[in-house]
Amino acid sequence: MTDLTSGLWELLLQGVWVTVQLTVFSAALGAFVAFVVGVARTNRLWIVRFVSGLYMEIFRGTSALVLMFWMFFVLPVAFGWQLVPMWAAVLALGLSYGAYGSEIVRGALAAVAPAQQEAGIALSFSPWQRLTKISLPQAWPEMIPPANNLLIELLKGTALVSVLGVGDITFGASLVRNALGESAPVYTIILVMYFILAFLLTRVMRAVERKAKAGIGQAPTKSEGMRKPDIEQATAISRSSQGGAA
Amino acid sequence: MQWDWSAVGDFMPRFWDGVLVTLEALVLGSLIAFALGLVWAMAQRSPLKAVRWPVTAITEFIRNTPLLVQLFFLFYVLPEWSVTLSALTTGIIGLGLHYSTYTAEVYRAGIEGVPEGQWEACTALSMPRGRTWSAVILPQAIRRVVPALGNYVIAMLKDSPQIAAIGALEMLGQARQFTATSFQPTEPITVIGIAFIVIAYPASLLTRALERRLVR
Repeated sequence: MTDLTSGLWELLLQGVWVTVQLTVFSAALGAFVAFVVGVARTNRLWIVRFVSGLYMEIFRGTSALVLMFWMFFVLPVAFGWQLVPMWAAVLALGLSYGAYGSEIVRGALAAVAPAQQEAGIALSFSPWQRLTKISLPQAWPEMIPPANNLLIELLKGTALVSVLGVGDITFGASLVRNALGESAPVYTIILVMYFILAFLLTRVMRAVERKAKAGIGQAPTKSEGMRKPDIEQATAISRSSQGGAA
Repeated sequence: MQWDWSAVGDFMPRFWDGVLVTLEALVLGSLIAFALGLVWAMAQRSPLKAVRWPVTAITEFIRNTPLLVQLFFLFYVLPEWSVTLSALTTGIIGLGLHYSTYTAEVYRAGIEGVPEGQWEACTALSMPRGRTWSAVILPQAIRRVVPALGNYVIAMLKDSPQIAAIGALEMLGQARQFTATSFQPTEPITVIGIAFIVIAYPASLLTRALERRLVR
């Protein structure tokens, strides 16, 4: 731990900034994709449901790292689109984690009592008004705890970009490792850095959850240290919204 | 977009080698994750605080840090401690260790789902602790969590290309090597991308079917 000069620390800290940027931008894109796809999956038209379901199955079915390789190496050769590495990474992360997020949005929308929708119809709200004024405000607080888990998965996923040469924490660590000729200190340090980032993310999401629940007149759930992974929505499947495994 | 079927044909021998290595990593990694996860879950219910606390801290730490960095840690740091393992072995241990912290939570949920009366009945029958676990609690707990464990196997499949970063020749590793000599990235990377969907989708249907059968 003692051999790290200030120059090497700077490499790591620059990496932290890149990782934070990657997380924020990918989360923004992912949230957008999640809402569009998640809402589309509740659409009345079967073709809209089918296309959004297909998107979800494809992007959730394949590996994020393979998708990233595809964006980096296949897009330029096959289509002539050369993306800046940072944006290719954001695109790959946002599109794949957005697909996971769409299940959260769909599940939370499905959990809103059907009578709420019916009341909206009875009052002749338009479908858009029903969505934005009735369903989403009530579904939104339900989405935050699983979204927190997904954000931590996303934060961990940003480490993949180092394989493609984007200068995040993990990339900085490989440079430091080469300079130092020693691996244990630097990799211990960056593992702790990632853990701290994940912890901060959990704190922020807790605050958002409290605010969201207060907005619809609910008390927040009891606070725990880190959030436990949600087994039901895990990372893969489980369409059934009832309490299954846990 | 140009698509060269002959490149697909040239890639096929390497592709099948890669599929085998991916499946090997997946099976062995899952076995480690299932076994170690159970150990974590039972340790977290230990009456001793000195056991519970460190196990909770370690599993939280491993679960909230990236698998890729853990793989680098194992691959570069273990040799410094004079433990030298092949890239594939390191990768399998890394996958198994990382996912054991997830399966631990799955088991925990399953164990908590066993009614309190079952524990009390064991106490009333003065069953030894080992037998309480093996004959009463675990058979009821594990049955319900099999589908959830299956979900994590699928998640592990999708994380398995990360072991290519330390040089294991699974599907992605093979695709990279092929690209390095043929300069045709389009075909191999697309093929393995589709291969992941082709393996993962039926597997997810299988866990859904298991969920209907086992979780009642």
